[in-house]
Amino acid sequence: MMLSADIKNKYELVVGLEVHAQLLTKSKMYASDSTEFGNLPNTHISVLTLGHPGTLPKVNKKAVEFAVKMGLACNSEITRRNIFARKNYFYPDLPKGYQITQDKGPICVGGEVPLTLPDGTKKSVTLTRIHMEEDAGKSMHLVGEVDTLVDYNRAGVPLIEIVSEPDIRSSEEAYAFLMEIKKLVRYLDICDGNMEEGSLRCDANISVRLHGAAEYGKKVEVKNMNSFRNVARAIEHEFERQILLIEEGVEIVSETRTFDATTGTTASMRTKEDLNDYRYFPEPDLSPVVVSEEWLESVRKEMPALPRELHAKFVNEYGLPEYDAGVLTDSKEIALYFNELCEATANYKAASNWMMGPVKSYLNELTLHISDFPIQPNRLADLIGIIDDGKINFSVASQKVYPEMLKNGEKSPLEIAQELNLIQDSDEGSLRPIVESVLAENGAKVEEYRSGKKGLMGMFMGQVMKKSQGKADPKVATKILTELLEN
Amino acid sequence: MEKFLSFDDIKRSLENKETDCKAIVNYYLNNIQTKAHLNAFVEVYTDSALEQAAKVDEKIASGKAGRLAGMVIGIKDVLCYQNHEVNASSKILEGFESQFTATAVQRLIDEDAIIIGRLNCDEFGMGSSNENSVHGKTLNAADESRVPGGSSGGSAVAVQANLCTVSLGTDTGGSVRQPAAFTGLVGIKPTYSRVSRWGLIAYASSFDTIGVFSRNVPDNALVMQIMAGPDDFDSTASRKPVPAFSELLHFEKRVKVAYLKETIESPALQPEIKANTLAVLDRLKQEGHQVDEVNFPLLKYILPTYYILTTAEASSNLSRFDGVKYGYRTPNAHNLESMYKMTRSEGFGEEVKRRIMLGTFVLSASYYDAYFTKAQKVRRLIKEFTEDLLSKYDYIIMPTTPSTAFKFGEHSDDPVAMYLEDLYTVQASVSGVPSLSIPNGVDESGLPIGLQIMANSFKEAELYAFANYLTKSNSN
Repeated sequence: MMLSADIKNKYELVVGLEVHAQLLTKSKMYASDSTEFGNLPNTHISVLTLGHPGTLPKVNKKAVEFAVKMGLACNSEITRRNIFARKNYFYPDLPKGYQITQDKGPICVGGEVPLTLPDGTKKSVTLTRIHMEEDAGKSMHLVGEVDTLVDYNRAGVPLIEIVSEPDIRSSEEAYAFLMEIKKLVRYLDICDGNMEEGSLRCDANISVRLHGAAEYGKKVEVKNMNSFRNVARAIEHEFERQILLIEEGVEIVSETRTFDATTGTTASMRTKEDLNDYRYFPEPDLSPVVVSEEWLESVRKEMPALPRELHAKFVNEYGLPEYDAGVLTDSKEIALYFNELCEATANYKAASNWMMGPVKSYLNELTLHISDFPIQPNRLADLIGIIDDGKINFSVASQKVYPEMLKNGEKSPLEIAQELNLIQDSDEGSLRPIVESVLAENGAKVEEYRSGKKGLMGMFMGQVMKKSQGKADPKVATKILTELLEN
Repeated sequence: MEKFLSFDDIKRSLENKETDCKAIVNYYLNNIQTKAHLNAFVEVYTDSALEQAAKVDEKIASGKAGRLAGMVIGIKDVLCYQNHEVNASSKILEGFESQFTATAVQRLIDEDAIIIGRLNCDEFGMGSSNENSVHGKTLNAADESRVPGGSSGGSAVAVQANLCTVSLGTDTGGSVRQPAAFTGLVGIKPTYSRVSRWGLIAYASSFDTIGVFSRNVPDNALVMQIMAGPDDFDSTASRKPVPAFSELLHFEKRVKVAYLKETIESPALQPEIKANTLAVLDRLKQEGHQVDEVNFPLLKYILPTYYILTTAEASSNLSRFDGVKYGYRTPNAHNLESMYKMTRSEGFGEEVKRRIMLGTFVLSASYYDAYFTKAQKVRRLIKEFTEDLLSKYDYIIMPTTPSTAFKFGEHSDDPVAMYLEDLYTVQASVSGVPSLSIPNGVDESGLPIGLQIMANSFKEAELYAFANYLTKSNSN
């Protein structure tokens, strides 16, 4: 049965997201083993990681700081006395038979993530909580092997779980929320934010209800979406699937479903009846971690500028359009480069144009990161400066000087322009003979112009540029041309 | 002839060059062999103990010996010792070798103690008779038809039968004090968190402590002061400094002592134990101490609270023994689920399985609040009551056990009767306060009776001094 727009419009989508972010600490959540990715299986597995009898966990302070940073970035309340809890279940990739996590009293309570949707609409998603926990190992089912193999390198790697309230109303909002989370964790440098590699993972709680209904519908949890795009696809699919069921008079059951990226559909994994009873209880092997005022203050001092702060600065202080600010704050490194650039020039709009034009296209073309960009912000500011001073024009700057700067980031743009003999000629005395000779060589065109074909101005200008080898200051040249033609 | 009955003895003999560590170790090795039928030792480290003895002898000769040079120690089979097997008396840890040494054990080794072997116990410390062991039962040397107590039964008998100088046990609900009482020894459960649990195979994490068995108070105090103290490997270990217990044994002040009416008047209490306990209280009064009877209305809640909370923690602590990574794995499974079920069914003994089931039950969603949450609340009440009482009184005195050592099989069909063995010892465990059992005469059959003394948290020094005073006046 196809879902008509009329029917679909009767319903409202309600989504809450649970995002796991793998923290970029050097060691594990409760052990000193390395968290390095991509090593041979089972090379970072101490007795602690393997849950040997007699071992006791020890909290990684850095992981706590990272969680606090995320909380501060989301305006959450920071819990001062943190207790941990055990979540009990059996699985081969879980060495102790329980995961050490937080149950009651997560490190961050509440908070919000403000979003700007593609159409410019603003929206804020409320957070329920952010808590700390440890990752499990990886089970591997190799083709042709009967046995399941387990790699415990990932077991115990620190995670934070960010849980949103059911505030999300469309797949676009869900996508925007995830992008914002990714942007935040990257700005904070606490997670590389890569969903395809699993350093960001997302589960979605999805329900539908008639517009205006007071109660939420029964929610379905969808797992195994390994890209932002797939989260949006899964939500779209669930929205329609649930509406169809309701329209057919079938009751939605609370269940866990898995997303299949090849078909774009979800399938039931388990219903609530056979859900695990995780038997949470306070972890007796860890003493509470107290976030003191001093500790909190020191973390606060280390907080980098946040994307929304830079966005606001770019709009309010630098007078840039929202669009520019959005593009420039997409990545922390670009934003910080731009911010540094704006400290060296006052022509913010020109700076923004350079960033969004020549700089980005160079980076994209060579798939480079801004940290690999050879030109320092102050040199790029110098380039903007000599254009503003009329020493060279933009096209000469972008086509001749900029490529040279990319080859040699040390050299000043003025020096390059001088060496290449590109400095603009603004001297009327030297430009006048050139203009005169151009007009003399094009007598017929001059007549046409004078009889009304004003469009020929560009052609004259081109000739002047050619004769001056591109060095003629367009303003001065135009002035002389106009003067001679109009007489 | 019995030799080396105290560490003082040993030190004197070493100083007088009447003996050396090798001879001491050989003496104990010989005893172990002669008394092998007691089944106290699970494994004797003959070679490494003799090697260590030779090293310590060299250190003594060069004047560089540690404070425990000449002391020979046995450790309970739940304490990790690097490159040595440790089983927690369970089939599920068959063949398992630890890759590290427990902090408590390491600190003793660092002071030149010699580790002579590991000692039998109830599986994962669960039991009061040492009958729940994959290694078989340990016999009480006072009467070989009787249990040595548990769970640290092997540790008790090893000292009782003079198979080592002192031994380490663990005490979660009485597992050092009760066997100490049954074998006529001094046994301490320190304040919870006083000794690092790193390397102690967990039974119930928020109750587990490492304790010491000895023939006398000074040896006990010395070993405890060396083991105790902060440890980076255990975030729950107390940061409090540790006094030199063994140098603070002098006792001459007048103190206030409370005894709990309900413990003395319990119908389950064996008459001789009651009489001997009251005799101590009388003597204290005569010697000018204040002795008051106090009501303890919470006594009847103590065992349920203890068993709910310890089994809950145990059910989770023992989840790691699943056949996936180490230890026993069933050869009979055909898929993951059956591997889990069969491994755990075949690997764990009956009592351990009973407690895992109980613990899983009290933590399950439908019963959580009725059992686990409520027991946590009652634990707080018991702790507050005990600490409050111990702020008004210096010590609480009571019997260590309701009866003296019972016969093998006597309680085997009735787990609850077995649990009642812990009636007097669990108060200190639930409250976390230190508690010590000292010998207090014998019953009509000549079986040792224990007297239990409790003090407030971190008052081990006061506890040892008072125990030292009491053992001296007892022998008068």
